[in-house]
Amino acid sequence: MTLSLSLNIPSLSDQVWSVGQLNTAINRLIDGSLPPIWVRGEVLQCKVWSSGHWYFTLRDGRSQVRCCMFRLNASRAGKPPADGTEVFVLAKAGLYEEKGEFQLVVARMLPTSAVGQKQQELERVKVLLQQDGLFDPLRKRAVPPYVSTIAVVTSRDGAALKDVVTVARKRWPCARILLVGARVQGEGAVDDLVRALKLVNRIPGLDICIVGRGGGAREDLAAFNSEAVCRALANVRVPTISAVGHEIDISLTDLVADLRAATPSAAAELAVADRRDVLRLVDDLSLRLASGLTGRTRLAAERLARSRDRLQAAVAGVLDSRRNLADRLAAQLDALSPLRVLGRGYAVPMDEAGRVLKRRADFIPDTGFRLRVADGDVRARVE
Amino acid sequence: MRKADPGTSTPALADDLARLEEIVRKLEADDVELDAALLLFEEGVARLRAARERLVAAEVKVQAVLEEAGGDIRLTDLDA
Repeated sequence: MTLSLSLNIPSLSDQVWSVGQLNTAINRLIDGSLPPIWVRGEVLQCKVWSSGHWYFTLRDGRSQVRCCMFRLNASRAGKPPADGTEVFVLAKAGLYEEKGEFQLVVARMLPTSAVGQKQQELERVKVLLQQDGLFDPLRKRAVPPYVSTIAVVTSRDGAALKDVVTVARKRWPCARILLVGARVQGEGAVDDLVRALKLVNRIPGLDICIVGRGGGAREDLAAFNSEAVCRALANVRVPTISAVGHEIDISLTDLVADLRAATPSAAAELAVADRRDVLRLVDDLSLRLASGLTGRTRLAAERLARSRDRLQAAVAGVLDSRRNLADRLAAQLDALSPLRVLGRGYAVPMDEAGRVLKRRADFIPDTGFRLRVADGDVRARVE
Repeated sequence: MRKADPGTSTPALADDLARLEEIVRKLEADDVELDAALLLFEEGVARLRAARERLVAAEVKVQAVLEEAGGDIRLTDLDA
């Protein structure tokens, strides 16, 4: 007797995943659906390894998550936080595939207490500016469609100017770009930016002003949240674009400016049109201009032809009526003509000078005269 | 939306293109006398040429704005 087993198990031909494949797939799922995020929590058991990496747990009242912070980022975060320190971490969620552990890879860490003070100051300034209407959408001006001169308020050495120039070269080579240099972070940045924004108002022939910097850490953006800089920006007399170069945070200059861009490159794209689009518009206008004139002259030609026809018809009418009148008059003249009378046998006597001899006294004896008959003259003599 | 303060530049290209639109619309509307249409056409051709020259001839110019001790503004060319 043969033992028959109903094997409800996968065969080699079925899809069977390895653990590694599973973890890779899960990691991809997480990676594809979660961008870098800020997470708030309490640090627990922060261990500094000899490699310089930090490993710790972040928790709140309900949950916890494993975190690691690699050496380079950890060295920027200062001392390892003590247990219970409340922090914000900027992190990317993922799966540590070798161990199958869900974890956060932390790029930045800020104690909430430090953030708290800055946040309070930011809120205070924000309220003041809001009260003065500096964020009012009605204040926002449109960027002119075809700019020629652009002021860029930024650091002389930063990437922002180069980024703006690169975009302008590609899209709008007729632009003139004026750097108004200012420190954008650290000591003196606020004063520099205020001075630069005031200087912008004295540049003749300016169309637009971009103020900004390349990407930076949150604390480096402080100057762009300062009340003085925001008020100076609001007083710029041409449309403004704030480009502080940070995808996550919004600075107060972003709210005050007429437009906000995530980066200086994006600001340049908002500021200038694309030359290829404008050349296409010019081509289109060129065609319409030509066909507009053609249409207009064709219309004139048609009108002229119609006028000619009417004129011809009118002249022909006048000629016809005149011809009829002439015919009629000719017939009347013909009826009255003395020649017609002569045709009936009458004759007209005339002296040599052609005067008609009407009375007896006109006939002088022995004088010649002419008798006009139907077909000519006959010479005669008075007896 | 507020307007930019008067005194700022009105780019000539924008003027040219706006006027060209106006000219083309007038020509397309058929209610212009032929003499006027010819004048409009001539003006349109001149503005098209000007617009094209502005668009194709130029190269980005980069300058730094400096404030002199006396308060005057000075521009210097930059290699950027």
